This record gives sequence, structure tokens and C-alpha cells, in this order.
Amino acid sequence: MAAAVKVYGPAFSTAVSRVLACLLEKDVAFQLLPVNMAKAEHKKPDYLKIQPFGQVPAFQDDSITLFESRAISRYICDKYANQGNKGLFGTNPLEKASIDQWLEAEGQSFNPPSSVLVFQLAFAPRMKLKQDENLIKQNEAKLAKVLDVYEKRLGESRYLAGDEFTLADLSHLPNGQYLVSATDRGELFLSRKNVERWWGEISSRESWKKVVEMQKSPPPRA
Amino acid sequence: MAIKLHGHPFSAATHRVIACLEEKGLQYEFLHIDLSTGQHKKEPFISLNPFGQVPALEDGDLKVFESRAITQYLAYTYADKGTPLVPQDLKETAIVYVWMEVESQKFDAAAAKLSFELVTKPMLGMITDDSVVEEHQEKLGKVLDVYESRLAGSKYLGGEAFSLADLHHLPIVSYLFGTKTKALFDARPHVSRWCADILARPAWQKVVEMMKH
Repeated sequence: MAAAVKVYGPAFSTAVSRVLACLLEKDVAFQLLPVNMAKAEHKKPDYLKIQPFGQVPAFQDDSITLFESRAISRYICDKYANQGNKGLFGTNPLEKASIDQWLEAEGQSFNPPSSVLVFQLAFAPRMKLKQDENLIKQNEAKLAKVLDVYEKRLGESRYLAGDEFTLADLSHLPNGQYLVSATDRGELFLSRKNVERWWGEISSRESWKKVVEMQKSPPPRA
Repeated sequence: MAIKLHGHPFSAATHRVIACLEEKGLQYEFLHIDLSTGQHKKEPFISLNPFGQVPALEDGDLKVFESRAITQYLAYTYADKGTPLVPQDLKETAIVYVWMEVESQKFDAAAAKLSFELVTKPMLGMITDDSVVEEHQEKLGKVLDVYESRLAGSKYLGGEAFSLADLHHLPIVSYLFGTKTKALFDARPHVSRWCADILARPAWQKVVEMMKH
């Protein structure tokens, strides 16, 4: 019987991979359904019904349809609280507050500059688009400042929210992976001792290694 | 007092937290962080928020930064006080999560930029960049088209009840209503209806009053 949980979108998408990482951490079975972005399938009426902004991923589980990868991840942690990594979203309100804080920091401070760099340095060349050198410089500088804060934090704490790996760390994996493995700006992470240590730990988790494998495989046939 | 909010009276992110505290009817002490002297980039504030941004909240021994993390902490911890701001039901909560992320990732990206150009810059004696305004009004328009569809079938963004998903919009919507960008909201009847509703909430009116003094 096919899994009830459906994720729509390609594994190479950073937002899709965020959801896949969460599902794998929580041992939740899922189907990954292709969306042909080259043919603008994500902008067509049928897809817009499940994701009105025309982006990936979209997500379905037990008659609920969701979008926004960080919202989907929170839902997965709530619904499947008692399986897989049980501490992923905290086991008490104090832990949750710390995780939410660093999840917001990822979404507000880390994501904007790192997304620009991932697009400019990893995707634009593949799509044969011209790179914007100014944009790259500006966002490198912004990301460096954010990573300086992370460097200090990760000298005081093993993971961002505390002693355990949580959704806050997981949320950084998609952009981090491209920056470190698919661009020449990996040293933004690797030249910062504590960030490097943290990156090594979170990116070598079994769940993330599986996602990286999925990103390398050809997409499932429609 | 157990709850201390460190913030700035003109900071939208600070307003977001005050709106939440007022909705919940919570007692708190407001500590003014002087941005003009760089107080937010120095100790002791920087220990509360290593990113050097307002606001930060203390509740007893707990310290939290990021306005949207603070509001979630307050909504869950004080669930039975004042207005319920998050649902109890798992599926309803998931929908609220979705629209909280939409505000954070889609709405704020365009709207906060507009607020900076049209509200903050004039306050600081700086010149508005019209091309940035035009670009972001177009982006915001597309986001509001999705909102218009959503609010045609739902009283609030998260469902039939007011929640954090709506509350998080109040500060920037309020700022933009004092600018030419208000036209984008007025042009969409369901969005317009929703804005009027949430801006009229007594808790938000308290924030507006505070800003005047």
C-alpha cells in the first residue's frame, strides 16, 4: 500500500529537501511525487490548488494539504511526536522556545543571504543564467556576519538550540549542503572552527545522507 | 515583574510582541533599548539577542529572541489566558503554521522593505528609493492576490478564528496603511475586510496608543 504522506517536488529543491530530512528523522514513510519544473508544472492550475504561490514543496497527509517547508516540518513533529527522533521539536516548552528562536533565526537571518548565494553560485550556472557579482558580494558579507554569531553560539552549545540536534539545525542543512559541496564558498562554514564542527556533525547524520543520495538519483518517473 | 520586554517603541518586531502580550492580557515591564546610541549592539542587550536586534523577552529565567518565537512561546505557555492565539487541534494548528510561514517568508519580504522605504527612511531624514518601492509593490501585490483568494473562503488566515497567523501582520500592515501602499490592500475586498477587522482589535489599539506617547 502506498504511503499516506505525499511530498510534491524534486529532491534537489532546498525547501523540498528540508521536508524530506524531517520525515526521515521522524521515521515517517512517504511518497515523493515529481513536479516537472522545467515544464512549469508548478505554475499550472492543478498544482496551484495545493500550493497557491506556485512553489515546491506541497504536502499531503491524512486529508490535510500544507505548504511552506518549515510549517510542514513543525506539523510532522507534532503529528509523529512519538516516533523517530522524539526530541526534534523539543519535549517541553522551554526546549521548544529555544528551537523556535533558532528556527526563526534560520528563516529570517541565515536563509535570505544563503539562498541568494546558493542560487547565484550553484543553480544559475546550471541554468545558464548570468551571475550577479554585486549580489554575490553583498550576500557573502551578510552571511559572514550571521555565521560570526553562529560561531560564538556554537562555542557555547553543541547544537544551536542546546545539547541535542533539533529542527533548528536541520533547517540549515539544505542551503548549507549546496554552499559547502557545490560552490567555492564552503570556507564561509569551514573557516569558522565551531561552525565547521557543527556542520560536520549535522551533515553526517544518516537522515541527511539519505537526502543527499536522493538528490543525486534521477527523479521518480511521473 | 516576571515578564520583561526589551524593545524599541518604533520597532515593528517589538509591536508584534506587544500585540501578543496585550491579547493575552499579560503584565510586563517594557525596557526601552536606545537604537540611536547602539545599545542593541552592546552588553547587556547582546547577551539577550546575539544578533543585536530588538526585541528580546525575559520570562523569569527564560530568555527568547525573534519576535515570532516570542509570540509562539507566549501563545503556548499562557494558552488559557486572554485570547487563544493558537488552536488546540493538530490539523488546525498545521494551517496556522502555514500562514505564519507565509507572513514570515512571503509577506514580510516585500512589505517590510516597503515600510522601510516609505515610513522609516522619511523618519530618519533619508530619501525614499522609488524603484525599490515599485519593485516591492509589485511583489506585494502578487502575495496579496493569494491572500484575497484565501480570505474569500476563510474569515482569518489560519481559519475561522483569529490567530498568530493574523497577528504577525499587524505591525507592518499598520505602518503601510499610513502610506500609498494602502491602495494595494484597498483594491482587494477580502483583504481589505480582514485588515479592517484585525486593526480594530482592542489589543492592537492599545499598541497604537502606546506609539502616540
